[in-house]
Amino acid sequence: MKQFADQVFVLARRSVVRTLRQPASVISPLVFPMLLLAVNSGGLKAETRLPGFPTTSFVAFALAVPFIQGALFATMNAGTDLARDIQTGFLSRLSLTPMRRLAVLGGQLGGVVTLGLLQALVYVGVGLIIGVRLASGAAGLVVLLLFAVCVAFAFGAMGTFAALRTGSGEAVQGLFPAFFVFLFISSMNIPRNLMEITWFRDAATANPVSYLLECVRSLIITGWDTEALALGFGITFGLGVVALAASSWALKVRMAR
Amino acid sequence: MKTLAVARGVSWRTLHNVFTNPSLLIPSLIFPLFFFTAFAGGLSRVRDVPGFDYPQGYTAFQFVFVVLQSAAFGGVFTGFGIARDFESGFARRLLLAAPNRFGIVLGYGISALVRWLVTVSVLTVVAFAVGMQVGGSGVDLFGLYALGLILNVAALLWACGVAMRFRTMQAGPVMQFPVFLVLFFAPVYVPLALLQGWIHDIAVVNPLTRVVEAGRGFLAAQPTEVAAAFGAALGLGVLFLWWAVRGLRNAEAAG
Repeated sequence: MKQFADQVFVLARRSVVRTLRQPASVISPLVFPMLLLAVNSGGLKAETRLPGFPTTSFVAFALAVPFIQGALFATMNAGTDLARDIQTGFLSRLSLTPMRRLAVLGGQLGGVVTLGLLQALVYVGVGLIIGVRLASGAAGLVVLLLFAVCVAFAFGAMGTFAALRTGSGEAVQGLFPAFFVFLFISSMNIPRNLMEITWFRDAATANPVSYLLECVRSLIITGWDTEALALGFGITFGLGVVALAASSWALKVRMAR
Repeated sequence: MKTLAVARGVSWRTLHNVFTNPSLLIPSLIFPLFFFTAFAGGLSRVRDVPGFDYPQGYTAFQFVFVVLQSAAFGGVFTGFGIARDFESGFARRLLLAAPNRFGIVLGYGISALVRWLVTVSVLTVVAFAVGMQVGGSGVDLFGLYALGLILNVAALLWACGVAMRFRTMQAGPVMQFPVFLVLFFAPVYVPLALLQGWIHDIAVVNPLTRVVEAGRGFLAAQPTEVAAAFGAALGLGVLFLWWAVRGLRNAEAAG
């Protein structure tokens, strides 16, 4: 067990150090979501005047978006880094060592989770500075950070699966627009009950990203909403399990080649 | 004549690359449609915000922004191609072979325009198919397209200047980010009068605000700020023409 933990730690440290050495990998997930938050919260402030809008602060409403957007960047980072390991032959060399398969995935995801936690701390910090107060209080902050870690893990596992199947960083990057579609066709900018176009509301309702956003949003503007939390954590857990199982299978296939 | 021959060659090659490569063609067609869907579909209730008085409805309101956005990003995407040509070494051979190097910039400009014309045609067909309302006789719609055309060239010249200075694909964010910022600091979701606070102050001085507001005026058959909009768009075009030509000199000097 200790040997397994050591293997995970060494690979996770490598993953974190490698990410920190690429400024673009650190800065983009921090700056871009904050920029979009600034633009949208300024431009859509008038939306809070719609009857039934759940808060008077659009920043509080929109603060959920960076958490999910940051996780999308985590997916890309995890996938691209692992694809590079495949392309450079690092994974092949690793497969010659006694390193366990789960340790390879765990190490890779450990780095993603660490970065995800750092991102979440920055987003919360910026939110607090600009006047957002969590309706769920200090305990809610802990739950929020835990959720951010879970989402980074689940999305990171999806990124590693994509990398292991394609073996190409470019192909992983090509998935970014597809993930972005999920973000935009969701309750990202407006609550689902205020969506007027039926097909869009249906698509947003069927989109799991809506529930991840609503989970974060509930902690910020509602307080303790059991249904939103259960849906958010449940979907994240489901995505994580499926993506991890798929990644593990893909790694087994790739190492057998 | 030499300039035109070079421009024809460069634009033909660029267009051939784009229209025979789905990974280049599809995103430039899909992304504007996607933004149109997400904004016009998801945010249609914004028209119920007190003070929102655009007569043609929210679909037409967002159509104008997406047309202008597709024009600007169409130019930027062509700039990515220029950077790729430098990375692969093709652009250096082009610089050696071209009897008049301004033709290279002109050629990329023509290809950006053709790309955008295809994109905006698809976008317009989709917008009418989903019931977009246009005010007046519809002739004013061409005023919007004229603004988009100038914006497309201006964005291409900006991206061209960056690509020729950095000569690497890693300069992509430098081409994209300022364009993204200028576009989204205009009144994207609501009219200028409904913006509040710091974003209103920025939007007032943002030259793209004039372009967006005039475009919406065209679609509503109530032209507003037309001279200011064309002045702003042409001003950006002239400024970035200078920027692109200086970039070309920079690339020549680098060898």
